[in-house]
Formats: sequence, C-alpha cells, structure tokens
Amino acid sequence: MSDLRDLYQEVIFDHNRHPRNFGKLADANRHADGNNPLCGDKLSLYLKVENDVIVDIRFEGMGCAISTASASLMTERLKGMKVADAEALFRKFHAVITQHGHDEESAQLGKLSALTGVREYPARVKCATLPWHTLEAALHDQGVTASTE
Amino acid sequence: MSGVIEQRKATAIPSADFDAARIRKDFPALHQSVHGKPLVYLDNAATTQKPSSVIETLDHYYRHDNANIHRGVHTLSERASAAFEGARDKVQGFINAAERREIIFVRGATEAINLVAQSYARPRLKPGDEILITEMEHHSNIVPWQMVCEQTGAMLKVVPIDAAGELVMEEFYRLLNPRTKLLGVVHISNALGTVNPVREMIAAAHAQGAVVLVDGAQAVPHATVDVQSLGCDFYVFSGHKLYGPTGIGVLYGKAALLEAMPPYQGGGDMIRTVSFAKTEYNALPYKFEAGTPHIAGGIGLGAAIDYITAIGLDAIAAWEHELLRYATARALEIPGLRLIGTARDKAGILSFVLDGVHPHDIGTILDHEGVATRTGHHCTMPVMEHYGVPATARASFALYNTRDDVDCLIAAINKVKEIFHV
Repeated sequence: MSDLRDLYQEVIFDHNRHPRNFGKLADANRHADGNNPLCGDKLSLYLKVENDVIVDIRFEGMGCAISTASASLMTERLKGMKVADAEALFRKFHAVITQHGHDEESAQLGKLSALTGVREYPARVKCATLPWHTLEAALHDQGVTASTE
Repeated sequence: MSGVIEQRKATAIPSADFDAARIRKDFPALHQSVHGKPLVYLDNAATTQKPSSVIETLDHYYRHDNANIHRGVHTLSERASAAFEGARDKVQGFINAAERREIIFVRGATEAINLVAQSYARPRLKPGDEILITEMEHHSNIVPWQMVCEQTGAMLKVVPIDAAGELVMEEFYRLLNPRTKLLGVVHISNALGTVNPVREMIAAAHAQGAVVLVDGAQAVPHATVDVQSLGCDFYVFSGHKLYGPTGIGVLYGKAALLEAMPPYQGGGDMIRTVSFAKTEYNALPYKFEAGTPHIAGGIGLGAAIDYITAIGLDAIAAWEHELLRYATARALEIPGLRLIGTARDKAGILSFVLDGVHPHDIGTILDHEGVATRTGHHCTMPVMEHYGVPATARASFALYNTRDDVDCLIAAINKVKEIFHV
C-alpha cells in the first residue's frame, strides 16, 4: 500500500505554500501557457534564454499542490542550466516518475525526486509533468498552449 | 488492492420505512476496501453502482437470450426482442410518457441532446432565431447547441445563475421572447445540485412558441418524473446514473415532434424498404434507432427501473434529502470549507472547496481514506468561472448511502486539513 506521505512530502508542501520564482519575468524572451483541463491546473512559464542557457525562469498560475510544487522545483533547478541539459533532465524526470527501476536517474534528480511519489498515482502524473510540458512548449512551440491531454 | 469486507453497519435512520443498510447488500461493488479502508462511494452523480438484479439480468441475457432483435424468427431472437421492447414499456411507465413510440433508446443523455440538436433544431433554425440555455448546463447541453448555432446562424442565449446557484428568473423572462425557438434546461444541476423550476419554465417557453428539452440525467434517479405533467417536448437521461448499464440512455419526445423530424442516423432497423431509388423510413421509435442497439443495455435499464420502482422514488428522494441535510450541517462545521451551490431546492449533491487546498489534492487524500468523490470542473466550466474556482470537490448521494458514509466523508475532509496544515 502506498503511503500518502510519499506523495505529499514536506518539500512539496513547502514549495506549494511558498512557490519559488513565482510571478511574471519582465525581460523574458520565451513564454508558454500550459493547462490540465481535467483538473483545472493552469500555468504560465517565462524564460530568459541567452546563448542556449536558461538565464532566468519564472512561473505563475493556479494549480494543485503537486503541479505548483513541481513548477517551483523545476524553476529552481533550471536557472543557469543549458537548454540541452534541461531537456535531458526532463527525460530522466519523466522516466523516474512514470516507471520503476530508474534508480540511477533518480539519484541525479536531487530535490526533484520529492515528486517520485506520483508514480503510484497515475491520475496525478500529469500534475507533476505539466510544468515540464510547458517548458518544452516555451522552448520549441511558443504560442501553443501545452496540454496534458 | 480491493477485497470483500464486512458490510459497514448503517446508523439508525429516521424514516422507519427506508433501510439503506439492507439496500447496500444489493450492490456488490460497495463491499470492498480501497487503500485498506472500506469503500465509501460518493461519486453517484458521475455514475451509480449496479444492483445484483441488473448484473444478473445482463448475465442472463448473454447466457441464454442473446440474439439480434426485430428480425429473427427464431426463438432466441423473439426472446431478445420481447425483453428489449419490454424495457421500452418500463421506461414509458417510469416517466409516464403517453405512448411507447415516444421512447427512443440512445447511448446516453449526450447522444439524445445531439439527436434533437441535429434532427429537430438544425433543419428549422434560421439566422435571428435564438436558443436559450442556462449558465449551469453540463457541457453536453451547451456544445450541441453551439454547433447548431454555427450551422444555422441562430444565437445562443444564456440565463445566468446567482450566488446560491439558482437561476435568475427575472433574466429568464427577459431573455425569453418570440425569437426563442428552443429552451434547453437541466432539471437538476450535476455541479450544484440545484433543482430548477422546469414546470414554470416549460409553460413560459411554450407561451412564446418555443419547444423545451429538459436534461434529466441527474433528476430521474432522485425524483419522480412525469413528462406529461411537466409538459416538456423532449426529456433525456442516461441509464448508468440510474443504477443501469453504461452505453444506454433515453430520448423522450412528443410523438408529433418526433414524427416530423428526419432520422438522425441511417442504417438497418430504421427503414421500412430500401431501394436505390427511394428509401422509406420505419415508424417511431425505430426511425431513430439505426443499427443493432445496445440490447443488453436496454434490458438492463429495464431491470434497474424495476429495482428502484420497487423501493419507490418518493422514499429514495426523502432519504437522499435527509443525507444532504445531515451532510450539509456537518460540512458547515468545518472551518475553511465553502459550499458551492446553496440553492433552496437542492438534490443530493455537495460541491465544496477548502481554503488552501486544491480540489485535486482533496480528491487524492479522500480516496486514500476510501472515500470516492469527484474532483474537477464536472463538465460545467461556466459554473466554475461563475464561482471563480478552477474546480470543486463533489460528494453526491445515492439510495445506498448512509449517515456513516457522511461521517467518513467529514472525517476524511478533516484528514485533508490535517495533512495540509490548514
């Protein structure tokens, strides 16, 4: 039986209550919106990318604890990271939160591993991945709203 | 993860003639555990559990009577046809339709509305005509009319709701006018529980020459519906919210209107003769039932109607009202809980939000406590917009729910607050 505390770890509550990098980014040069129509999570992501490096990143929106914490943790982690590294990190993150047996990748996630609890809650995986899908949209398909559906 | 567990004891109930504890025994799916806790099923507005009599009817049909209907001379086909048409008679009696040919079997309320939109409204409406609906409609009673408006140039008008989740009737009367060709209104709101004054609205719409479709998906399981007494032109509902199978539903329409409408789909069963020069359509109700219908579903729906008719809808309504009264009182004791939908006339639906916790998180934690609820927008995004919330959590009651279920719900909500420190 899965324990609720595996899903709702303290770090999730912390980032839900006090989301980091929350609000618009005045000098953003990448932006995308994301939404999860099933549960009503909405997210706007702003990035400033220079020389293939994410110099700054902020988000705003309204969502459940999982999606808010995931967005907050993601922005914290990605600031200063190369775009290619960020995308590689999403692939690892996605593998870890959807499948068992990715211990090596899991070890590389750092604080993001607080979200691995969603693996036991298929309906909530979309909450955790929404910010990352929105990131992909901002980097590649600006103007297209990312959706988990 | 689920297993059969002992049935939970229901608390003594005020109405001596209603025994929810006994009724629970008729529903096998209720007797299991979820995450190690006894299942408390409070998602009945989404779909109800099925009584053994319905499950056994489906089983019997497939084991003994399975055949295609209306065409075979062999014994099984005759048995299947008789059972399917017998179910139509049961539906007719259940909603007191004047004639059996006024009962059209469809997939569900959604298909019934689309049928009326495309077959009744689309050929008739012109630019300048208006379709009137309400702000609390389910998406299934919004989108088909938007499609008709796009196809015909007609305008969609919307009756607003107030803070309690009741229709603003002054606005209804203001918006209703001779250009209104059709009124589509939900009998009981799935998101708010509001019971609408459909009788009054039907009379007013008729006075302006409009026809009226009533979406009864949430109403038929919880109140006696008499379509002749209401006077509505169309009434639609789904079987699976009425303790019946999924994939079967009913369109009731006044015979004169159905007669004048072209078929919705073409195919087998809906024709009398076919040649490449001319096809003659079948009589009602078959004109609207192209292809092999959901035979088992229709028969299963008949069994569900038998089941609830034996208990009595008045008794069911009274019991659910008592559950709602109790649940509302207990929910209001919880600090930070806000009810969404506080109409004076309300059916067994408790929609709510909690300060500091997103409904999606509420739903996951309630599930962990064994309590099944719906969280989300309930296919009523305009209602969510009205209340300024992205979603709500919703508990909805059925005849087998007990005060114990309500107590489990309240305890689980308190657990949410404890986990989220709110």
